[in-house]
Amino acid sequence: MMQSMGNFRGYRRADPGTQPNHLHPAYVSSVKRAPSKALINLPHTLSEVTGPSFDSSVIDVKASDLTRQQQGEPLGERIIVSGRVLDEDGRPAAHTLIEVWQANAAGRYRHNVDQHNAPLDPNFEGSGHTLTDERGNFKFITIRPGAYPWRNHYNAWRPAHIHFSVFGPAFATRLITQMYFPGDALLPFDPIFNCTADEKARDRLISAFDWESTLCEQALGYRFDIILSGRDSTHWEK
Amino acid sequence: MSFQATTSQTVGPYFQIGLARFYIDDLTGPGISGERVEIEGRFFDGDGQPVPDGVIEIWQADAQGKYAHQENSQELESIQNNDPQKKEFAQAHEGRGVFRGFGRVPTQADGSFRFKTIKPGRVPAPDGTLQAPHIAVSVFTRGLLRRLVTRIYFPDEPGNAEDFALKLVEEGRRHTLIAKKLSDSRLEWNVVLQGTDETVFFDC
Repeated sequence: MMQSMGNFRGYRRADPGTQPNHLHPAYVSSVKRAPSKALINLPHTLSEVTGPSFDSSVIDVKASDLTRQQQGEPLGERIIVSGRVLDEDGRPAAHTLIEVWQANAAGRYRHNVDQHNAPLDPNFEGSGHTLTDERGNFKFITIRPGAYPWRNHYNAWRPAHIHFSVFGPAFATRLITQMYFPGDALLPFDPIFNCTADEKARDRLISAFDWESTLCEQALGYRFDIILSGRDSTHWEK
Repeated sequence: MSFQATTSQTVGPYFQIGLARFYIDDLTGPGISGERVEIEGRFFDGDGQPVPDGVIEIWQADAQGKYAHQENSQELESIQNNDPQKKEFAQAHEGRGVFRGFGRVPTQADGSFRFKTIKPGRVPAPDGTLQAPHIAVSVFTRGLLRRLVTRIYFPDEPGNAEDFALKLVEEGRRHTLIAKKLSDSRLEWNVVLQGTDETVFFDC
Protein backbone atom coordinates (compact mmCIF):
# COMPACT_ATOMS: atom_id res chain seq x y z
CA MET A 1 0.00 0.00 0.00
CA MET A 2 2.79 2.39 0.91
CA GLN A 3 4.56 3.84 -2.07
CA SER A 4 8.23 4.67 -2.15
CA MET A 5 8.95 8.15 -0.81
CA GLY A 6 12.36 8.34 -2.41
CA ASN A 7 11.29 10.21 -5.55
CA PHE A 8 8.57 12.38 -4.06
CA ARG A 9 8.84 16.01 -5.11
CA GLY A 10 6.39 18.88 -4.77
CA TYR A 11 6.01 22.00 -6.88
CA ARG A 12 7.76 25.32 -6.27
CA ARG A 13 6.07 28.20 -4.43
CA ALA A 14 5.71 31.62 -6.04
CA ASP A 15 8.54 34.11 -5.81
CA PRO A 16 7.63 37.04 -3.51
CA GLY A 17 5.62 39.76 -5.23
CA THR A 18 4.84 37.72 -8.34
CA GLN A 19 1.40 36.53 -7.21
CA PRO A 20 -1.39 38.73 -5.83
CA ASN A 21 -2.36 38.83 -2.17
CA HIS A 22 -5.92 37.77 -1.64
CA LEU A 23 -6.71 41.10 -0.03
CA HIS A 24 -6.09 43.91 -2.52
CA PRO A 25 -8.27 46.83 -1.35
CA ALA A 26 -8.03 48.70 -4.67
CA TYR A 27 -10.02 45.77 -6.06
CA VAL A 28 -13.11 46.38 -3.95
CA SER A 29 -14.62 42.89 -4.33
CA SER A 30 -11.59 41.41 -2.58
CA VAL A 31 -12.40 43.18 0.70
CA LYS A 32 -15.25 40.89 1.73
CA ARG A 33 -13.97 37.83 -0.08
CA ALA A 34 -10.31 37.53 0.89
CA PRO A 35 -9.60 35.24 3.85
CA SER A 36 -8.74 37.15 7.04
CA LYS A 37 -6.67 34.37 8.58
CA ALA A 38 -3.23 33.33 7.38
CA LEU A 39 -3.12 30.49 4.86
CA ILE A 40 -1.63 27.28 6.20
CA ASN A 41 1.40 26.05 4.36
CA LEU A 42 0.66 22.58 3.01
CA PRO A 43 3.67 20.55 1.89
CA HIS A 44 2.59 18.92 -1.35
CA THR A 45 1.36 15.36 -1.14
CA LEU A 46 0.24 12.91 -3.80
CA SER A 47 -3.07 14.82 -3.84
CA GLU A 48 -1.34 18.01 -5.02
CA VAL A 49 1.23 16.55 -7.43
CA THR A 50 -1.45 14.65 -9.32
CA GLY A 51 -4.24 16.46 -11.15
CA PRO A 52 -7.01 16.12 -13.70
CA SER A 53 -6.42 15.49 -17.36
CA PHE A 54 -8.79 15.70 -20.28
CA ASP A 55 -8.89 13.23 -23.10
CA SER A 56 -8.97 14.49 -26.69
CA SER A 57 -12.33 12.73 -27.03
CA VAL A 58 -13.97 15.42 -24.87
CA ILE A 59 -12.46 18.28 -26.88
CA ASP A 60 -14.42 20.00 -29.65
CA VAL A 61 -11.78 20.68 -32.30
CA LYS A 62 -13.81 23.64 -33.56
CA ALA A 63 -13.73 25.32 -30.16
CA SER A 64 -10.33 26.92 -30.72
CA ASP A 65 -11.77 29.17 -33.45
CA LEU A 66 -14.14 31.62 -31.76
CA THR A 67 -14.95 33.27 -35.09
CA ARG A 68 -16.63 30.17 -36.55
CA GLN A 69 -19.10 29.16 -33.86
CA GLN A 70 -22.17 30.76 -35.41
CA GLN A 71 -23.61 31.12 -38.89
CA GLY A 72 -21.99 34.46 -39.59
CA GLU A 73 -18.72 36.05 -38.68
CA PRO A 74 -18.40 38.14 -35.52
CA LEU A 75 -17.71 41.85 -35.82
CA GLY A 76 -14.32 43.12 -34.76
CA GLU A 77 -10.66 42.82 -35.45
CA ARG A 78 -9.72 39.16 -36.11
CA ILE A 79 -6.71 38.03 -34.10
CA ILE A 80 -4.70 34.87 -33.60
CA VAL A 81 -3.55 34.25 -30.04
CA SER A 82 -0.85 31.61 -29.78
CA GLY A 83 1.74 30.61 -27.27
CA ARG A 84 3.14 27.82 -25.19
CA VAL A 85 2.38 26.47 -21.75
CA LEU A 86 5.67 25.74 -20.00
CA ASP A 87 6.83 25.25 -16.45
CA GLU A 88 9.43 27.42 -14.71
CA ASP A 89 12.20 25.19 -16.06
CA GLY A 90 10.96 25.53 -19.62
CA ARG A 91 9.40 22.09 -19.79
CA PRO A 92 6.23 22.03 -21.90
CA ALA A 93 2.85 21.21 -20.38
CA ALA A 94 1.68 18.74 -23.01
CA HIS A 95 -1.95 17.87 -23.79
CA THR A 96 -3.32 20.13 -21.09
CA LEU A 97 -6.72 21.80 -21.23
CA ILE A 98 -6.90 25.56 -21.88
CA GLU A 99 -10.26 27.32 -21.64
CA VAL A 100 -10.76 30.96 -22.68
CA TRP A 101 -13.60 33.46 -22.39
CA GLN A 102 -13.93 37.10 -23.32
CA ALA A 103 -16.14 40.07 -24.17
CA ASN A 104 -17.10 40.80 -27.76
CA ALA A 105 -15.57 43.64 -29.81
CA ALA A 106 -17.99 46.13 -28.22
CA GLY A 107 -16.98 45.14 -24.69
CA ARG A 108 -20.05 43.05 -23.85
CA TYR A 109 -20.12 39.53 -22.43
CA ARG A 110 -22.79 37.06 -23.38
CA HIS A 111 -23.86 36.70 -19.75
CA ASN A 112 -27.08 37.72 -18.01
CA VAL A 113 -25.17 39.59 -15.28
CA ASP A 114 -23.49 41.88 -17.83
CA GLN A 115 -25.75 44.94 -18.08
CA HIS A 116 -23.36 47.14 -20.06
CA ASN A 117 -25.44 48.81 -22.77
CA ALA A 118 -23.06 47.85 -25.58
CA PRO A 119 -24.53 45.53 -28.22
CA LEU A 120 -24.33 41.76 -28.12
CA ASP A 121 -23.03 40.15 -31.30
CA PRO A 122 -25.24 37.26 -32.46
CA ASN A 123 -22.18 35.72 -34.07
CA PHE A 124 -19.95 35.74 -31.02
CA GLU A 125 -20.21 33.51 -27.95
CA GLY A 126 -16.82 34.44 -26.50
CA SER A 127 -15.94 30.94 -25.33
CA GLY A 128 -13.25 28.51 -26.50
CA HIS A 129 -11.10 25.61 -25.43
CA THR A 130 -8.29 23.42 -26.73
CA LEU A 131 -5.58 21.01 -25.64
CA THR A 132 -1.92 21.98 -25.96
CA ASP A 133 0.12 19.79 -28.27
CA GLU A 134 3.04 17.66 -27.08
CA ARG A 135 5.32 20.74 -27.05
CA GLY A 136 2.85 22.83 -25.04
CA ASN A 137 1.73 24.91 -28.03
CA PHE A 138 -1.77 26.31 -28.36
CA LYS A 139 -3.57 28.59 -30.80
CA PHE A 140 -6.92 30.38 -30.71
CA ILE A 141 -8.55 32.42 -33.45
CA THR A 142 -10.83 35.11 -32.09
CA ILE A 143 -11.62 38.82 -32.24
CA ARG A 144 -9.99 41.48 -30.13
CA PRO A 145 -12.24 42.08 -27.10
CA GLY A 146 -13.40 45.60 -26.27
CA ALA A 147 -12.81 47.52 -23.04
CA TYR A 148 -15.83 47.78 -20.76
CA PRO A 149 -16.92 49.77 -17.70
CA TRP A 150 -17.29 48.27 -14.24
CA ARG A 151 -18.29 49.68 -10.88
CA ASN A 152 -15.11 49.21 -8.87
CA HIS A 153 -14.48 52.98 -8.66
CA TYR A 154 -15.62 56.14 -10.43
CA ASN A 155 -15.33 55.83 -14.24
CA ALA A 156 -13.62 52.44 -13.97
CA TRP A 157 -12.90 50.58 -17.24
CA ARG A 158 -11.31 47.18 -17.64
CA PRO A 159 -8.54 47.07 -20.23
CA ALA A 160 -9.16 44.62 -23.08
CA HIS A 161 -8.41 41.10 -21.87
CA ILE A 162 -8.99 37.41 -22.50
CA HIS A 163 -9.49 35.05 -19.54
CA PHE A 164 -7.32 31.91 -19.60
CA SER A 165 -7.86 28.79 -17.49
CA VAL A 166 -5.05 26.21 -17.52
CA PHE A 167 -4.55 22.95 -15.63
CA GLY A 168 -0.99 21.75 -16.23
CA PRO A 169 0.24 18.44 -14.84
CA ALA A 170 -0.95 18.73 -11.24
CA PHE A 171 -3.52 20.15 -8.82
CA ALA A 172 -0.66 22.40 -7.66
CA THR A 173 -0.21 23.93 -11.12
CA ARG A 174 -3.84 25.01 -11.66
CA LEU A 175 -3.94 28.61 -12.93
CA ILE A 176 -6.57 31.09 -14.02
CA THR A 177 -5.25 34.34 -15.44
CA GLN A 178 -5.99 37.14 -17.91
CA MET A 179 -4.11 38.13 -21.05
CA TYR A 180 -3.84 41.83 -21.92
CA PHE A 181 -2.82 43.70 -25.08
CA PRO A 182 0.32 45.79 -25.61
CA GLY A 183 -0.06 49.55 -25.44
CA ASP A 184 -3.49 49.53 -23.78
CA ALA A 185 -3.89 52.98 -22.19
CA LEU A 186 -6.19 51.54 -19.48
CA LEU A 187 -3.56 49.22 -17.98
CA PRO A 188 -2.09 51.74 -15.48
CA PHE A 189 -5.55 52.36 -13.98
CA ASP A 190 -6.69 48.75 -13.60
CA PRO A 191 -6.47 47.34 -10.04
CA ILE A 192 -6.76 43.75 -11.27
CA PHE A 193 -3.84 44.06 -13.68
CA ASN A 194 -1.88 45.99 -11.02
CA CYS A 195 -2.41 43.41 -8.28
CA THR A 196 1.21 42.36 -7.88
CA ALA A 197 4.12 44.27 -6.36
CA ASP A 198 6.45 42.93 -9.04
CA GLU A 199 6.19 45.04 -12.19
CA LYS A 200 7.85 42.42 -14.38
CA ALA A 201 5.29 39.84 -13.27
CA ARG A 202 2.55 42.24 -14.35
CA ASP A 203 4.16 42.90 -17.70
CA ARG A 204 4.22 39.19 -18.46
CA LEU A 205 0.41 39.31 -18.53
CA ILE A 206 0.66 41.51 -21.62
CA SER A 207 0.76 39.62 -24.90
CA ALA A 208 3.22 40.65 -27.59
CA PHE A 209 2.29 41.57 -31.14
CA ASP A 210 3.73 38.76 -33.24
CA TRP A 211 4.63 39.27 -36.87
CA GLU A 212 5.38 35.57 -37.34
CA SER A 213 1.86 34.40 -36.56
CA THR A 214 0.15 37.34 -38.26
CA LEU A 215 -1.74 36.03 -41.29
CA CYS A 216 -1.39 38.19 -44.38
CA GLU A 217 -4.66 39.97 -45.19
CA GLN A 218 -6.43 37.94 -42.52
CA ALA A 219 -5.56 38.42 -38.83
CA LEU A 220 -3.06 40.02 -36.45
CA GLY A 221 -1.01 37.65 -34.33
CA TYR A 222 -0.43 37.98 -30.58
CA ARG A 223 1.81 35.78 -28.52
CA PHE A 224 1.11 34.82 -24.93
CA ASP A 225 3.20 32.22 -23.11
CA ILE A 226 1.87 30.82 -19.84
CA ILE A 227 4.29 29.64 -17.17
CA LEU A 228 3.16 27.17 -14.51
CA SER A 229 4.92 26.31 -11.25
CA GLY A 230 8.02 24.17 -11.75
CA ARG A 231 8.99 21.06 -9.87
CA ASP A 232 10.89 21.39 -6.63
CA SER A 233 14.54 20.57 -7.04
CA THR A 234 14.84 18.95 -3.65
CA HIS A 235 13.21 15.76 -2.51
CA TRP A 236 10.95 15.54 0.48
CA GLU A 237 12.75 14.46 3.60
CA LYS A 238 11.19 12.95 6.67
CA MET B 1 16.18 28.13 -18.64
CA SER B 2 14.31 29.66 -15.74
CA PHE B 3 10.98 31.47 -15.73
CA GLN B 4 8.56 32.72 -13.11
CA ALA B 5 5.04 31.38 -12.92
CA THR B 6 2.41 33.57 -14.55
CA THR B 7 0.48 35.83 -12.19
CA SER B 8 -2.99 34.63 -11.27
CA GLN B 9 -6.01 36.82 -12.04
CA THR B 10 -9.60 36.65 -10.91
CA VAL B 11 -12.17 34.55 -12.79
CA GLY B 12 -14.42 37.64 -12.65
CA PRO B 13 -18.22 37.51 -12.82
CA TYR B 14 -18.53 35.96 -16.28
CA PHE B 15 -16.54 32.71 -15.95
CA GLN B 16 -19.60 30.67 -16.83
CA ILE B 17 -19.04 31.55 -20.49
CA GLY B 18 -15.69 29.80 -20.46
CA LEU B 19 -16.00 27.17 -17.76
CA ALA B 20 -19.53 25.81 -18.19
CA ARG B 21 -18.56 23.30 -20.87
CA PHE B 22 -16.65 21.26 -18.31
CA TYR B 23 -19.06 21.56 -15.39
CA ILE B 24 -19.13 18.07 -13.89
CA ASP B 25 -21.43 17.59 -10.90
CA ASP B 26 -21.54 13.80 -10.95
CA LEU B 27 -18.25 11.92 -10.81
CA THR B 28 -19.89 8.52 -10.51
CA GLY B 29 -20.93 6.32 -13.39
CA PRO B 30 -21.43 2.74 -14.45
CA GLY B 31 -18.49 0.54 -13.59
CA ILE B 32 -17.12 2.89 -10.95
CA SER B 33 -16.91 1.23 -7.58
CA GLY B 34 -17.15 2.95 -4.24
CA GLU B 35 -19.53 4.35 -1.71
CA ARG B 36 -21.76 6.99 -3.33
CA VAL B 37 -21.93 10.28 -1.51
CA GLU B 38 -23.63 13.59 -2.23
CA ILE B 39 -21.86 16.65 -0.92
CA GLU B 40 -23.82 19.86 -0.71
CA GLY B 41 -23.03 23.22 0.79
CA ARG B 42 -23.17 26.95 0.56
CA PHE B 43 -20.58 29.58 -0.15
CA PHE B 44 -20.49 32.76 2.02
CA ASP B 45 -18.56 36.04 1.99
CA GLY B 46 -17.29 38.06 4.97
CA ASP B 47 -20.73 39.57 5.61
CA GLY B 48 -22.34 36.15 5.71
CA GLN B 49 -23.93 36.85 2.34
CA PRO B 50 -24.18 33.98 -0.15
CA VAL B 51 -21.67 34.06 -3.01
CA PRO B 52 -23.74 33.46 -6.15
CA ASP B 53 -20.81 33.73 -8.56
CA GLY B 54 -18.37 31.15 -7.30
CA VAL B 55 -17.05 27.99 -8.91
CA ILE B 56 -15.70 25.02 -7.00
CA GLU B 57 -13.42 22.38 -8.45
CA ILE B 58 -12.64 19.07 -6.80
CA TRP B 59 -9.92 16.49 -7.34
CA GLN B 60 -9.86 13.14 -5.63
CA ALA B 61 -8.65 9.57 -5.67
CA ASP B 62 -10.89 6.60 -6.43
CA ALA B 63 -12.28 4.26 -3.78
CA GLN B 64 -8.97 2.36 -3.74
CA GLY B 65 -6.97 5.53 -3.07
CA LYS B 66 -5.64 5.82 -6.60
CA TYR B 67 -5.49 9.01 -8.63
CA ALA B 68 -6.18 8.94 -12.38
CA HIS B 69 -2.73 10.35 -13.06
CA GLN B 70 0.54 8.99 -14.40
CA GLU B 71 2.44 9.89 -11.23
CA ASN B 72 0.32 7.60 -9.12
CA SER B 73 2.35 4.42 -9.44
CA GLN B 74 -0.53 2.52 -7.87
CA GLU B 75 -2.73 3.26 -10.83
CA LEU B 76 -0.70 1.14 -13.19
CA GLU B 77 -0.71 -1.60 -10.63
CA SER B 78 -4.48 -1.48 -10.40
CA ILE B 79 -4.90 -1.92 -14.12
CA GLN B 80 -2.30 -4.64 -14.47
CA ASN B 81 -2.96 -6.67 -11.35
CA ASN B 82 -6.69 -6.60 -11.15
CA ASP B 83 -8.66 -9.49 -12.48
CA PRO B 84 -8.85 -9.75 -16.27
CA GLN B 85 -12.60 -9.24 -16.26
CA LYS B 86 -12.24 -5.77 -14.80
CA LYS B 87 -9.48 -4.92 -17.26
CA GLU B 88 -11.67 -6.08 -20.12
CA PHE B 89 -14.52 -3.98 -18.81
CA ALA B 90 -12.35 -0.88 -18.67
CA GLN B 91 -11.15 -1.44 -22.23
CA ALA B 92 -14.63 -2.11 -23.53
CA HIS B 93 -15.89 1.13 -22.05
CA GLU B 94 -12.94 3.14 -23.31
CA GLY B 95 -12.44 5.03 -20.11
CA ARG B 96 -16.07 5.35 -19.11
CA GLY B 97 -15.56 2.87 -16.30
CA VAL B 98 -12.46 4.71 -15.11
CA PHE B 99 -12.87 7.17 -12.30
CA ARG B 100 -11.57 10.52 -13.54
CA GLY B 101 -11.59 12.26 -10.16
CA PHE B 102 -12.40 15.78 -11.36
CA GLY B 103 -15.52 17.82 -10.71
CA ARG B 104 -16.50 21.45 -11.24
CA VAL B 105 -19.69 23.13 -10.07
CA PRO B 106 -20.83 26.76 -10.04
CA THR B 107 -22.72 28.20 -7.09
CA GLN B 108 -26.40 29.06 -7.46
CA ALA B 109 -28.11 32.37 -6.65
CA ASP B 110 -28.35 31.35 -2.97
CA GLY B 111 -24.67 30.38 -2.85
CA SER B 112 -25.45 26.67 -2.87
CA PHE B 113 -23.59 23.96 -4.71
CA ARG B 114 -23.67 20.18 -4.77
CA PHE B 115 -21.94 17.27 -6.37
CA LYS B 116 -22.20 13.51 -6.34
CA THR B 117 -19.10 11.44 -6.05
CA ILE B 118 -17.64 8.40 -4.30
CA LYS B 119 -15.78 8.40 -1.04
CA PRO B 120 -12.08 8.28 -1.92
CA GLY B 121 -9.68 5.76 -0.43
CA ARG B 122 -6.65 6.75 1.60
CA VAL B 123 -3.56 8.01 -0.21
CA PRO B 124 0.01 8.19 1.07
CA ALA B 125 1.49 11.30 2.66
CA PRO B 126 5.12 12.24 2.02
CA ASP B 127 6.07 11.23 5.56
CA GLY B 128 5.06 7.64 4.90
CA THR B 129 1.74 7.74 6.73
CA LEU B 130 -1.64 7.34 5.07
CA GLN B 131 -3.80 10.42 4.68
CA ALA B 132 -7.43 10.22 5.75
CA PRO B 133 -9.93 10.14 2.87
CA HIS B 134 -10.20 13.65 1.49
CA ILE B 135 -11.06 15.71 -1.57
CA ALA B 136 -8.77 18.53 -2.76
CA VAL B 137 -10.73 21.70 -3.52
CA SER B 138 -10.04 24.86 -5.54
CA VAL B 139 -12.34 27.83 -4.95
CA PHE B 140 -12.70 30.62 -7.49
CA THR B 141 -14.90 33.69 -7.51
CA ARG B 142 -15.04 37.33 -8.46
CA GLY B 143 -13.04 39.12 -5.77
CA LEU B 144 -10.44 36.37 -5.48
CA LEU B 145 -7.32 37.25 -7.45
CA ARG B 146 -5.94 33.78 -6.72
CA ARG B 147 -7.80 30.57 -6.16
CA LEU B 148 -8.22 29.36 -2.61
CA VAL B 149 -7.22 25.79 -1.84
CA THR B 150 -8.92 23.74 0.82
CA ARG B 151 -9.95 20.14 1.51
CA ILE B 152 -13.07 18.17 2.35
CA TYR B 153 -12.68 15.40 4.93
CA PHE B 154 -15.28 12.85 5.98
CA PRO B 155 -17.01 12.69 9.38
CA ASP B 156 -16.43 9.85 11.85
CA GLU B 157 -13.22 8.88 10.14
CA PRO B 158 -10.62 7.44 12.51
CA GLY B 159 -7.80 8.52 10.17
CA ASN B 160 -8.68 12.20 10.63
CA ALA B 161 -6.90 12.39 13.99
CA GLU B 162 -3.55 11.43 12.46
CA ASP B 163 -3.96 13.06 9.06
CA PHE B 164 -0.89 14.79 7.58
CA ALA B 165 -2.74 17.98 6.55
CA LEU B 166 -5.31 18.17 9.38
CA LYS B 167 -2.50 18.03 11.91
CA LEU B 168 -1.14 21.28 10.44
CA VAL B 169 -4.37 23.02 11.47
CA GLU B 170 -5.12 24.24 14.98
CA GLU B 171 -7.69 22.00 16.56
CA GLY B 172 -10.35 24.69 16.92
CA ARG B 173 -10.48 25.22 13.15
CA ARG B 174 -10.31 21.62 11.88
CA HIS B 175 -14.08 21.27 11.86
CA THR B 176 -14.25 23.68 8.88
CA LEU B 177 -12.57 20.98 6.77
CA ILE B 178 -14.74 18.07 7.92
CA ALA B 179 -18.12 17.60 6.27
CA LYS B 180 -21.19 17.14 8.43
CA LYS B 181 -23.34 14.07 8.06
CA LEU B 182 -26.90 14.80 6.90
CA SER B 183 -27.79 11.17 6.21
CA ASP B 184 -25.96 7.99 5.23
CA SER B 185 -25.19 9.25 1.76
CA ARG B 186 -25.49 13.03 2.16
CA LEU B 187 -22.88 15.37 3.57
CA GLU B 188 -22.80 19.11 4.12
CA TRP B 189 -19.65 21.16 3.68
CA ASN B 190 -19.64 24.96 3.43
CA VAL B 191 -17.13 27.54 2.26
CA VAL B 192 -16.83 30.63 4.47
CA LEU B 193 -14.41 33.17 3.04
CA GLN B 194 -14.06 35.35 6.16
CA GLY B 195 -15.11 35.57 9.77
CA THR B 196 -15.37 33.49 12.90
CA ASP B 197 -16.08 30.21 11.12
CA GLU B 198 -13.73 31.02 8.26
CA THR B 199 -12.81 27.91 6.29
CA VAL B 200 -9.20 26.79 6.60
CA PHE B 201 -7.37 27.58 3.36
CA PHE B 202 -3.97 26.21 2.44
CA ASP B 203 -1.05 27.85 0.75
CA CYS B 204 -0.56 25.38 -2.06
